[in-house]
Amino acid sequence: MVNRVLVGAHYGLKDWIIQRATAVIMAVYTVVFLVVVGAVGPDSFEAWRGIFANGFMKFATFLFLVSLFYHAWIGVRDIWMDYVKPDGLRLLMMIATAAVLVGYAGWAVQILWRM
Amino acid sequence: MAEMAIKKRRPKNLDLPTIRLPLPGILSILHRISGAAIFLLLPFLLWLLQASLTSGETFASAKAVVAHPLAKIILLGLIWFYMHHFCAGIRYLLLDLHKGVELEAARLSSKIVFVVSIALTLIIGAKVLW
Repeated sequence: MVNRVLVGAHYGLKDWIIQRATAVIMAVYTVVFLVVVGAVGPDSFEAWRGIFANGFMKFATFLFLVSLFYHAWIGVRDIWMDYVKPDGLRLLMMIATAAVLVGYAGWAVQILWRM
Repeated sequence: MAEMAIKKRRPKNLDLPTIRLPLPGILSILHRISGAAIFLLLPFLLWLLQASLTSGETFASAKAVVAHPLAKIILLGLIWFYMHHFCAGIRYLLLDLHKGVELEAARLSSKIVFVVSIALTLIIGAKVLW
């Protein structure tokens, strides 16, 4: 039998790093997006759609949204862990959060590739 | 007995009207509140993105929704929440790198976060919503 010590084994380090990596991705995209929108000045449907029809922006937008959903998972999960004490209710909230976020990711694919 | 004596001498301040969360603390709780609010508004934002990209007609209907005064107020609040979360997040990333961890620097950087995020909100809000 392996005696696993629950301290100092870096449990949670993965989420800690992902929270920061996704934050950096979103921060960079936010700046790029604001610069692109500022430069294009989309005032019509065609111009607005054109921004997301561009291959790079489509990829970057999808990466941003996936980062947002993963970032939201870690952040919202932390909120449930801090404030929702009954185990069953907490588990239910976590499952519901993960479920809607996975659904949003599918929705994001549909929005970007069916436009 | 010694333990009891020490426990009794611990300072206590539960005079609620005089307790005030310092600015970095307000920044911190707003970071959480803004993140939760953005999460809750995700379906609305995704719907807006979808409508704006589907066709000329749905683009027009999305534009009409955004033009509604109530939607403008919600979106302005959302832009502020996003900008606050963005600026406070950059501050936290710098704190992770041990930059500005001293009390004075941390207080100053939290002031900068509020000033910059509110300024960005007003600029973007003026450009996009009005």
